[in-house]
Amino acid sequence: MLLLVAGTMTVLIVRNLFVATMLLGIVSFTMALIFVSLDAVDVAFTEAAVGAGISTVLYIGTLAMVGAQEKEKKTIAIGPLIICLAVGATLFYATYEMPAYGRATNPVQTHVAPRYIQDSPTEIGVPNMVTSVLASYRGYDTFGETTVIFTAGIGVMLILRQRRRRKQEEDEEEEEELRSSTSGSLTGLGSDHDLVPHVVAKLLIPFILVFALYVQFHGDYGPGGGFQAGVIFAAGFILYALVFGIDFARAVLDGKLVLFLMAAGVLLYGGVGIASMILGGAFLDYNLLADDAVHGQHLGILLIELGVGITVTAAMLSIFYAFVGRADIDIEQGD
Amino acid sequence: MFSEHFNYWVFIILLMLGLFTVMSRSNLIKKMIGLSLFQISVFLFYISMGKVTGGTAPIVVETLGNASEPVYSNPLPHVLILTAIVVGIATTALGLSLVVRIKETFGTVDEDEILALEEDS
Repeated sequence: MLLLVAGTMTVLIVRNLFVATMLLGIVSFTMALIFVSLDAVDVAFTEAAVGAGISTVLYIGTLAMVGAQEKEKKTIAIGPLIICLAVGATLFYATYEMPAYGRATNPVQTHVAPRYIQDSPTEIGVPNMVTSVLASYRGYDTFGETTVIFTAGIGVMLILRQRRRRKQEEDEEEEEELRSSTSGSLTGLGSDHDLVPHVVAKLLIPFILVFALYVQFHGDYGPGGGFQAGVIFAAGFILYALVFGIDFARAVLDGKLVLFLMAAGVLLYGGVGIASMILGGAFLDYNLLADDAVHGQHLGILLIELGVGITVTAAMLSIFYAFVGRADIDIEQGD
Repeated sequence: MFSEHFNYWVFIILLMLGLFTVMSRSNLIKKMIGLSLFQISVFLFYISMGKVTGGTAPIVVETLGNASEPVYSNPLPHVLILTAIVVGIATTALGLSLVVRIKETFGTVDEDEILALEEDS
């Protein structure tokens, strides 16, 4: 906890944005560990893969295009400081009115949660309550969130793909990670001289991908599900692209295919909903998908988790591709 | 007294640090980082609320014989935060891509410089 606060303070102070990004990754990872100790294993999964993996890559990608040095500023912002202290003090005061942490009689624990905890094993038949709440009880929410991710993926692509002039040539397919912040020269990633990352990545990537699939399909029984699997899969793939070069990654999963998958995931989710409507129930009423309700729930959850997983993976990858593609254009214009 | 609200206090400190970063820094990327910190602290708040002392992760375990039924932490905040993290990264990516476009248009990501450029033109 204290590490967390210290890390955050340093993020604030450090001028070099590259260092700040790395520290943000560390803060995220520490947070993931804390989530484990707070019993939120599913959340910890996601936070570790997203915070320490994907978001760091995206920040670095932006820094490569934007430059990593923050402008020196002498004056201390008095106004924001006062506002922050005031709001903080008010919130501190408010905590004294809050029920103590961790007590089972808190209002949070007595509203709808007991029903989820008691009935979901028999109603849904899925041991992992997080999955059953996510996919079944709150299926509409999750559908909306999947759509948000889909929209964000599309948005990033539209913003970054404009003014794309020509197709990049293969030898210019280089990665931004090693780019020095000021000179703007890119050191080749995916080139031959990084032996150690190549070997390590070759060993690790199959396991990461298999693990992602395990998380995807075992989400009913253990911690896991579509969101986690999606980000882990995307992280593994981004690692592949970073080490071996974006060309190889595009050869495996083309940009257009990713786009198609992104839409396919949302459609699969919506399709399950429509299917249950055709069978005579409400939207996303899985009980009717099979002969008995519990089987139907199983099938429905499996399908929509698959849809979520596909969309999340594809959206993350398309965002990554968009950033890398943009960096490539920058290099060409620099030449 | 100390341990009863410790998590909430950390949450408040992180929240304020994030807010301060967003408000006081003129560099747009630093603002995005501050926003991420803000987000993370809210995640901590929700998850802390869902924790039950002595509880376990909300995954059904078989109870053996006459062992008492285990206490589960609240699964609902977990679900909310789980999706919020992934949505958060998607929106962060959107923001970063806007930063990239701003850099290309104005040649800087510093808010003050952009405002100065606007006034000149």
